[in-house]
Order: sequence, then structure tokens, then C-alpha cells
Amino acid sequence: MNLRPDPTFHASPKLAMQAPVENYAFTVMLSPDGSQSDGIAVIDLKAGSDTYGQIVHQVIVPNKGDEFHHFGWNACSSSLSPLTGHAFLERRYLIVPGIRSSRIYVIDVKEPLKAKIHKTIEPEELFAKTGYSRPHTIHCGPEGIYVSCLGGGGEDGTDGPPGIFIMDCETFEIIGQYEMDRGKQDKHYDFWWNLPQDYMVSSEWGLPPQFENGVVPEDLLSNKYGHSIHFWDLRARKNIQTMDFGENYQMALEIRPAHDPTKSYGFCGVVVDTTNLQGAIFTWWRDDDGKWQSKKTITIDPRPEKPENLPPLLQGFEAVPPLVTDIDLSLDDKYLYVACWGLGEMHQYDVSDPMNPVLAGKVELGGIARGTKHSNGRDFAYGPQMVEISRDGKRVYWTNSLYSTWDDQFYPDDEGGQMVMADVGENGGLTLNKDFYVDFPKGLRSHQIRLEGGDCSTDSFCYPSV
Amino acid sequence: MADVTTMAALWWAVIFSGLYHGLNPGMGWPLAVSAALMERKNSAMPKALAMLAAGHFLAMVGILLPFSLMIVLVEWEVQIRMAAGLMVIAMGVYLLINRRHPRFLARVHPARLALWSFLAAMAHGAGLMLAPIFLGICAIGEKEVGHQAAQSLMGSNVTTAFVVAAVHTLSMTIAGGLIALIIYLWLGLRFLSKTWFNLDLVWALSLIAVGAFGTYSALAGH
Repeated sequence: MNLRPDPTFHASPKLAMQAPVENYAFTVMLSPDGSQSDGIAVIDLKAGSDTYGQIVHQVIVPNKGDEFHHFGWNACSSSLSPLTGHAFLERRYLIVPGIRSSRIYVIDVKEPLKAKIHKTIEPEELFAKTGYSRPHTIHCGPEGIYVSCLGGGGEDGTDGPPGIFIMDCETFEIIGQYEMDRGKQDKHYDFWWNLPQDYMVSSEWGLPPQFENGVVPEDLLSNKYGHSIHFWDLRARKNIQTMDFGENYQMALEIRPAHDPTKSYGFCGVVVDTTNLQGAIFTWWRDDDGKWQSKKTITIDPRPEKPENLPPLLQGFEAVPPLVTDIDLSLDDKYLYVACWGLGEMHQYDVSDPMNPVLAGKVELGGIARGTKHSNGRDFAYGPQMVEISRDGKRVYWTNSLYSTWDDQFYPDDEGGQMVMADVGENGGLTLNKDFYVDFPKGLRSHQIRLEGGDCSTDSFCYPSV
Repeated sequence: MADVTTMAALWWAVIFSGLYHGLNPGMGWPLAVSAALMERKNSAMPKALAMLAAGHFLAMVGILLPFSLMIVLVEWEVQIRMAAGLMVIAMGVYLLINRRHPRFLARVHPARLALWSFLAAMAHGAGLMLAPIFLGICAIGEKEVGHQAAQSLMGSNVTTAFVVAAVHTLSMTIAGGLIALIIYLWLGLRFLSKTWFNLDLVWALSLIAVGAFGTYSALAGH
């Protein structure tokens, strides 16, 4: 507990943009086959530092086979709401779940170069207290730390629906299930919210048997992955509306609400439209009657390709699907970044008008049957995937691995973990930075990035930007 | 004369406790700033302040009224005042040991400011902090009016409870409203986090101090 609010808590997104820039990144390192322990890499981002762009510290966990994926902070700018009484928490701990083991590590990063494990929650405790498994997305909010899980109970995670559980934000004790009325929600992936407006939005990937051993082509072609998003009364813990995009919109994943809490809209990325292999972004908003609506506002076409250049999974389609696997919105709600992991492209859309996004910039890097090299001449395995934007919106970082078994299906010949950065132009535009290129230790891949002091996919704000 | 001085001091205590509660962001003034910004109109701020005040007032009355009814048992006055003082000390000690915030407050809808303000005041013992001061005022009042019928004594104590709660809430709203207005109109949101101090410890100690004062003055017969 501090005597003053943590200096990294900002009342509004605008204040967060004006705050000092990030000094460190924390990036997941995962062993795809469980032969090594997973960890968190601490990367130096201080401009002019001798170790700029290098891994300067690693927190390696004692277990193997956790498979780290997403992770998040114990506290963020949401603590500045007097409603919750959390104003004096420290942004100090990273909550890092293993989606394969269901184990959760709490890592103390108060001193980034001496980051260490603070607490471990064993899978048995999680199963017993929540009935869920395979913890994934982390957000800190009104009642503590919220963790979405991809699996329900039982060995294969299909015994009961998956959902969100709440964890105490000081002791890290698991409190229990979040949902009081989940409605039609039976799969889970991402979630986020607007705290003053008191709504939450959640999304769907698939159940554990549909992803743990790789994508199941029959399930995908018969549209059995998630294609709905759910709107919740956040504090009443009740599903108030389920919106089905249409069953061909397979894997509605990342939810990105506008950061300014006066706005009632946001975006959701869809991995693949099974009718034409397009990637899609939907804009969702609340209409004047309080009903939630959505419209497809971005489509990204597949690229025709000779079958012999394609992995076996895609040969029948003779095309490379874009595979929109991550999206991220800058704090000023101006630019939406869309990772096309299949094509090997990072797109930047100007979403000042959220109903009419305009492509403003693009970087080609990696990609199926293309393998575009970095502008510094180095290789980039797979394609652009987890993307994170600096608070000031000037630097965009991304890594390359999607998920161990899926990497191997879509890129059977690639291996390696990389993190790169692109600079954002004054009026949009995106250029790879030649000096920033992190090659991960051999045998380890990379996934989500968190920036010291918060970034564009962690903090929730309780006051508008004015 | 001594009673007049004590009486004035007690009323000042009512006012100061109100200012103190009002300045504490934990009692809600940042929500008034947020309301004005969210609704993009100035009138949202007085509305939010009024709702916060209504909740706080109800919490004060809710604690003071039972005491005002009990005090008619004149022969038990000292014991009641001592018990009240000890209760306030106990609340302070509890908050001192348990520094965690009640999670149910986080489940209140952000627009229900009056409900939130009521629950927050209850959970933090804001009403209890006033109780010893209020009982002190009642005790002096009794001496002045002499031995009235229990009926009218109770009536005047009930009135005093409402007046004490109103004066306290008014000074709280003025303090909170002023700081909200200054941040909204001039300083900007940056100062929201800059003016926020962790008062948890001070708050708990204040309860203990007020409780100790209540117990002492009951024994000393003021």
C-alpha cells in the first residue's frame, strides 16, 4: 500500500499518453513442446541504453509445460475510481497463467531487473475454487483481478462452460466464479469493459479439444468455433445480450473497447470467414435504445497461392488466409492495429470514424509462403501476432507466435521467437525500426507483451479525456 | 459558561468532521468530477454532489437516531455514552487491523451514487465518528432544559440528530464540492491523483481519538 496513488495510474487515457515513456517490456517466453521451462523476458526499451533491445533479465519458472500465453497487471488506472477503494494499490505484480497447465504465477516486477516469482497458484486450487481451467486474459477491475478461462471442469475442460473468475487484488486468493447469469455463453476467450458505463464484452475461441492439439479443420469448416460476443451488466454479473456475428465468422477473439469511457463502442477481430477466407473486424456499439449492434467494418482478403507452397492444412484452398489473430487500439482511440498472422502483415487503420476505418499504414513481415525479411535483413518466423502499442501511440511492438500447436500447422518449417517494433508516423503510417529486433533464446517462442507502467491493452480508465 | 464553550467546540467538531470527510476522495468527490465530464455538462456535478450528500446524510441519521432515542434513559446516560465511545474505538481498531476495503462497495452501479455514498459512509464508520460528539451535545442540552418529560426530551434529541447530520453533511459537501469544482474548472484531472492521499490510517486513528474523547467526557460528566 502506498500513501499516494501509483504514479502509473492515470485518470484519463489522455493523461496516460502524456506520461513518461516505457522503459521495459515484459514478454512471454514459451517452450512449444514443454522441454524447457517457460518464463518472462525483461527487455530494455530505454532509448540510448547500452542494452537497448536486449533481454536484460529472465524470470524462469520451476515447472515445465505451463505454456504461457496472455498475462496482465494486478492493478491499473481503474484503481483511481473511488467506488472500488483500490487507489493505493501498486502496479507491481504480473499475473501470468499457463493455459496448458492451469497454473498461475504472480511475478513481482517492482524492480524489473530483479523480477521474481511472488506466489504460485497450483492448478488443483483453481479447479476446486472455480470449476474452470486454462486461465487466459487478465484485467484488474472493480472487484479485484478478473481472469477469463478457456476451459470448464474435467480432464479436457468440457465439463461445464468456461468463464471468468475473480481473484483478490492484494492477497491473490481465488475468490470464485464471476458469472451469476451467463445466458448463452458456452465458450470463452477475451473480455474487456467500460467501467463508468458498467458494461463488459466477452468473446469466444473454442473449447480445449478444439485448440490444444492444433486447429481441428473439420470443426472449422463446419463452423463449430465461437462466432458470438456477449454483453454483460458488469457489476450485476449478468449476460444481457448475446450477439451472433454469423456462424461463418469463426473465432471472434480480441475485444477492444474505446478507451475513452464516454464512448460506447469498440471492435472485435474475427480470425477467418469460412465462406471466403477473409479476415474481418466488427465494430460494435450501443444504440439509442440501449441495444447492442454490430457491423463488419473491415475485411481483409486472402492471397491466392500455389498449393505446393502451402502447408498441408491450406493446400486445398490454394490461398493464404489473412488470419486476424490480434488487434489493438491506441489510447487516443485513433488507430487500430490488426495482425494478419497468415499473410505476414501488420495493418494500421485510422478508426477516428469507427464505422469507416481507413487503412493508414502497413508493414509486411514473415507470412505463409512469403517469409518477408525484416528491413534489417533478419528473418522473422511465422507472422506478426501479439501487438502492443506504447502509451503515447508512437511505437508498436509485436511478437510472432500464435499458439504452439497452431504455429506448427500453419508454419511447419519455421521456428523461433522474435519481437520487433515499428515507428508510427506523424500522420499515420508504420515503419519497421531497424534497431529493435529481439531474438529469443533457442527453443523458446514469444507471445504477449506488457509494457512497464501500462499499455494499450491493459489499462481501464474511469474519467474521460478532455 | 463552561457548557457554552463546550457546546461551541462540539458544533465546531461537527463542522470539522464534515470538512474532513468531504476532502477524503474515498467519500466520493472524484465521482462528481467524473459525472460532469462523462455527461459533458456542468449541471451533472451539483446533481452528483447532491446524491453523494443524500447518501451520506442518511448514513449519519441512521447512526445518530438510535442514539437519540436511547438517551431518554437519562439514568443510563453515562453508560450509553461510554458504550458509544467504546464502539467507535472498536470500529477504529477494526479498521486499523483490517485495512482492506469491503468488496461489496465495488458491486454498486456507478450511477447509484446515493446508495454508494450511504454504504461507503457506513462501512467506514463515518456516522460513528459523529456519535460521541452528538451525545455530548445532547447531554449539555439536557442540563440546560432541565428535567423535561421524556417525550419532549426525545423530540429535541431527534431534532438535534437531524441538525447535526445536516450541518455535518453540508460542510462535507462544501469541502468535497469545492475541491471537485477546482479540479474540474481549473486544475484538470492530473490533480485528481495528485491530491489523493491515503487517509486509511489517519481515518482509523480519528475514530479511536473521537471514541476516546466520548468515553472520557462521559466519565468526566461533561
